Amino acid sequence: MASLGASQVVRMLVNGTPAERPVQARTTLADFLRDDLDLTGTHIGCGHGVCGACTVLLDGETVRSCLLLAVQADGHEITTVEGLAGEDGALHVAQRAFSEEHGLQCGFCTPGLLMTTAELLGDDVRLSRPEIRERISGHLCRCTGYQNIVNAVESAIALHREGAVGG
Amino acid sequence: MAESILPPRTVGTPLPRKEDARFVTGRGRYTGDLKLPGMLHAAAVRSPYAHARIVSIDASAALAVEGVVGFFSARELAGKVRPFPEPAIRDLNPRIHALIDLEIKSQAMEPLPTERVLWVGEPVAYVVAEDPSVAEDAAELVAVDYDPLPAVATVEDALAEGAPLVHPELGSNVQQTWGAASGDVDAAIARAPHVLDVRLTMGRMAANAMEPRGLLADYDAGRGELRIWSTVIRPHLLREIVSEMLDMPTDSVRCMGPDIGGSFGSGMFHEEAMIPFLARELGRPVRWIEDRQENLLNTRHCRDQQHDVTVGFDDDGVILGLRDSFRADFGAHNHYAITVSYNVASHFRGPFKIDDFAIDCTGVLTNKAPVAPVRGAGRPEAAFVMDRVVDLIADELGIDPIDVRRRNLLRPEEMPHEMGIPYRDTKTIVYDRSDFPAQLEAALDLVDLQHWRGRQAEQRETPWRIGIGVSSLIEGSGVGPHEGAIVRVDDAGAVSVVTGAQPHGQGLETTLAQVVADQLCVDPEIVTVRPTDTAAIQHGVGTFASRSAVTAGNAVAAAAAKLREKIVAVAGAVLEVDPNDLEVVDGRVQVKGSPQSGLTLTEVAHAARPGPGCRVPAGMAPGLEEQHYYVPPTVTWASGTQVAVVEVDVETGFVKLLDYASVDDCGQMLNPMIVRGQIHGGIVHGIGNAMFEEARYDEDGQFLTSTYMDYLMPTAADVPDIKVGHQAHHSELNPLGVKGVGEGGAVSPPAAIANAVVDALRPLRVRIDRVPIRPEDVLAAIRQAEA
Repeated sequence: MASLGASQVVRMLVNGTPAERPVQARTTLADFLRDDLDLTGTHIGCGHGVCGACTVLLDGETVRSCLLLAVQADGHEITTVEGLAGEDGALHVAQRAFSEEHGLQCGFCTPGLLMTTAELLGDDVRLSRPEIRERISGHLCRCTGYQNIVNAVESAIALHREGAVGG
Repeated sequence: MAESILPPRTVGTPLPRKEDARFVTGRGRYTGDLKLPGMLHAAAVRSPYAHARIVSIDASAALAVEGVVGFFSARELAGKVRPFPEPAIRDLNPRIHALIDLEIKSQAMEPLPTERVLWVGEPVAYVVAEDPSVAEDAAELVAVDYDPLPAVATVEDALAEGAPLVHPELGSNVQQTWGAASGDVDAAIARAPHVLDVRLTMGRMAANAMEPRGLLADYDAGRGELRIWSTVIRPHLLREIVSEMLDMPTDSVRCMGPDIGGSFGSGMFHEEAMIPFLARELGRPVRWIEDRQENLLNTRHCRDQQHDVTVGFDDDGVILGLRDSFRADFGAHNHYAITVSYNVASHFRGPFKIDDFAIDCTGVLTNKAPVAPVRGAGRPEAAFVMDRVVDLIADELGIDPIDVRRRNLLRPEEMPHEMGIPYRDTKTIVYDRSDFPAQLEAALDLVDLQHWRGRQAEQRETPWRIGIGVSSLIEGSGVGPHEGAIVRVDDAGAVSVVTGAQPHGQGLETTLAQVVADQLCVDPEIVTVRPTDTAAIQHGVGTFASRSAVTAGNAVAAAAAKLREKIVAVAGAVLEVDPNDLEVVDGRVQVKGSPQSGLTLTEVAHAARPGPGCRVPAGMAPGLEEQHYYVPPTVTWASGTQVAVVEVDVETGFVKLLDYASVDDCGQMLNPMIVRGQIHGGIVHGIGNAMFEEARYDEDGQFLTSTYMDYLMPTAADVPDIKVGHQAHHSELNPLGVKGVGEGGAVSPPAAIANAVVDALRPLRVRIDRVPIRPEDVLAAIRQAEA
C-alpha cells in the first residue's frame, strides 16, 4: 500500500505575504502554490520542466515550480504572477507590455513568460532581439509564434528603462 | 425581417484585447483552477501496449490505498454508459456518398474497452480519489494482465495481406475510401509531354495546446442535472454526447466554457463521457486534468498521410493533369468521418488552375492514437504535396520554381472560380474573389527575393547554402451548419453576448464585441462576450475550422442589428417619434441631428421590460434581447502565400530559418492585430510540422515521443520574425465580408520550407519527400543526390 508520505511545515514569503502550511515532502512548489495557497495563476503545462508555464521567482530568480519541491522553497521568498502588479493594482511593465503588444492569446503560458521578463529587467538591461529570443527560449507558446512576445519583452525593457511604474 | 448591417466602425481597428487584463494578472480561470467542495480527482490507467487482449484487471491494491473512493473499468460500468456516438458520420450530407463514391464504416468506441486495447495510451480504467496524487499512485497499482497481440503501426502493415485487424468486425483495416474528379485526368496526362510520379509523406504530429485537457463535472442528484466545465471546444456537442451516453435529457446536461488554454484541434476522448459519469455515479464533483505524457500519447494527433502523385505538364511547366492517390493513417478510430481526409481534396489544388484533376483516398486504421482535425486539418498535407510537385516540375524542366508557380496560378479575371468538385457540404467549390498572382508578388517583395537571391549566389560555395521556397494556400473557412448568438442590453445599459463559439485564445471576447458595438452604435467597452453556456443558448457549434469570425461574427452582427432596430422602435414609442427619425449614437437613442434629445440605453431597457408599462411596439417581444442563427451558404475561401528563406549547413544538415513572409487574404479583418497574431502563431505551428515535431511510433506501435525532450516544439530561438502583409478581397458570401484566418498560417510552412531546403542545395537535385525534415534527413538526401 502506497504511503501518503510524511508532512512537514514550510514557511515562505509569497508575494510579500507569509505562508505557513504543512506539506508532504513530495509536493511540488507548483502544486503547493496552486492547491494550498489558491494561487492558480501559476500554470502547469508539462510537469517535466520544459514548457516554462510554471515559472516563478525564488528570491528574485526564475525557477520551474514543477521541478522544485515546496520543502525546497522553505524559508525563501516567492513571487508569482499574482504578485507582479503594485499594491495599488498598477500593472508591472511586463504585464502592460504583453497586453499592449498582443504578446498573449490563450494566456496559459503567459504567467511564466511574465516572470522571466520580470527577471531580465535589470538596471541597465539592453538585449537585441536574438538575445531576447534566447532568453525566452525556455518557454513554449503554441499561440503567438513568439514574435509579439519578443516585441513585448522589448517594450517592457524600454518601459523599464524609462523608469515606468512597476519596473 | 432583414436587419440592415451597418458599415464597420471599430471593426478593422486593432482594439486592445479585453481578455488580457485577467490573463496578465493570473486571474484567468482554466479548468484546472476550478474547485468545488468535496471535489474528487480521477486518474487513468492506460494501455502500455499497441494491441493486446485484456485478460484480467485487479484493482484490489489500488482500492486499499487510503483516500481512494472508486475504481471503474468496463466491468464496473456494467451497461451504465452507452458507446460513443458518431456524430460526424451521422451528420454527413447523404448526397455526399454518391458525389464522391464514399464508402465509410462505423467503428463506435466503447466508453472503456472490454476485450482489447487498440493503442498505447488508450484508457482502460479510472481511479477516483480524494487527492490527485493519491489517484495517480493508485492507478499505478492497478494490475492489468494483458495478452499482447500483433499490432499494425503503418499503413503498409495495416494493408498487407493477412494483417492483424484493428476492428475485426469491419473485415479489413480500411475505414473509408472515396474519390473525386474534375475533367478527364487520364486523357490530360496521356497527352502531356512530361509526366512525373512522386511519393510524398507527412509525418504524424500532435496539437499540443499548452493547457492539457481537463474536465470538471458536478451532479445535482436532487435535480438530476450535470454541470460540466472543460477544455472541450464544442460545449453543445459535449452536451449531446454526454446526454446520449448517460441517457439524460439534453438540457439536464449543462456545459460551460471556462478559460481554455488553446486547443488547435478537436477530438473525442473517453474522459468526456467518463468524468461526468463518475460525478453522477459517486455523487460528488470529479475533476480530471491530463498530464503532458497523456497529452502526447493520446490527444489530437494529426497529419500522417502518404501521397502518390502523377502529374502531366507541358514544356513550360504548365500542369495539364494531376492525379493524387493517398493513404491516411487514422490510428485506431476516426471520429471525424471525412473532415480531414476530404479537406485534402477540397484544398489540394490551392491557387492553381488544374481543370483535369482526380484524387482518391484510402483511410486506414492502425494501432496508434486516433487522429483528429488539427489546425489545417488536411490543408497542410495538400499544400505540401501540391507545392512540392510544382517545385519538382521546375526541377525537371530546369525552370525557376517561382516561374512555374506564376504560370499555373488562377488569374484574377478567372475569379470567382468553380473547381469542379464538391465541398463536403455537397456544394460545388467556388473560390471567392482573390488575386493570387498579386499575392505571390507581394509575398516575394515582402521577403525581398532579389536580396536573398544575391546572398544565395554569394554563399553557393560555402557550407552554408541559402534557399528560398514558396507555398500558397487556400482555406475553406466558416463551415456550417450554423452558429448562434444572443445579444442583450441589460437594465444597467450594458451589452451581453452569448454564442456557441466558445473561445480558446482567439480573442473572440474582443472581436465579437467590436462587431456588436458597430451594429448597436455603442462603445466596445460596454459589450461583454460571455463564455459559452449551453443553458444560455439552445444551439451552438463551436470555435474550430477557421469558422468563428465568419459564423459567430455574422451571427452576432445580425442579432445586434435586429436589437438596434428594436431599441429604436422602443425609443420611438417612448418619445412619440417616428423610429425612422431616430439614430443610436454612442449608446444614446436620439432624434437625428439633435444630440440633446433622446434616451440612454438604460432608459430604453427599462421601457422594454415586460409588464403594464412596457413600451415595446406590438409584434415585438418584450425585453431588449435578440437571437440569430447564422447559416452560411457554404464555406468562404481565404488564401495566402508564404515564402521561407533557409540556410542549410551541408556539413551538419541543420536548417536555419533566416526570413519568412506571408501575405494573406482573409477579407474584412475584424481586428488586424489579432489577425496578425493568428498568422504568426499558425506559421510557427507549421514550422514545427516542417522541422521539429513528430509523434513517432516504433514498428510495434510503441510510442517514442512522450515528453518534450523527445517531441520537439519550436521555441522562440528557432524561428525568425515573420513579415506579414494583407490583401482584403471581402467575401461576398456573408454580410461582414470576412473569411477565416485561424488555420491558414499553419498550412504552408512544410511546403515552403521543404522547397527552400531543396533550393538551397541546388544544383544537387536532393529529394525532400517527407516532413518533418530533420538534420539527418537533409544529410541523407545530400548523400543520395551525390551518389
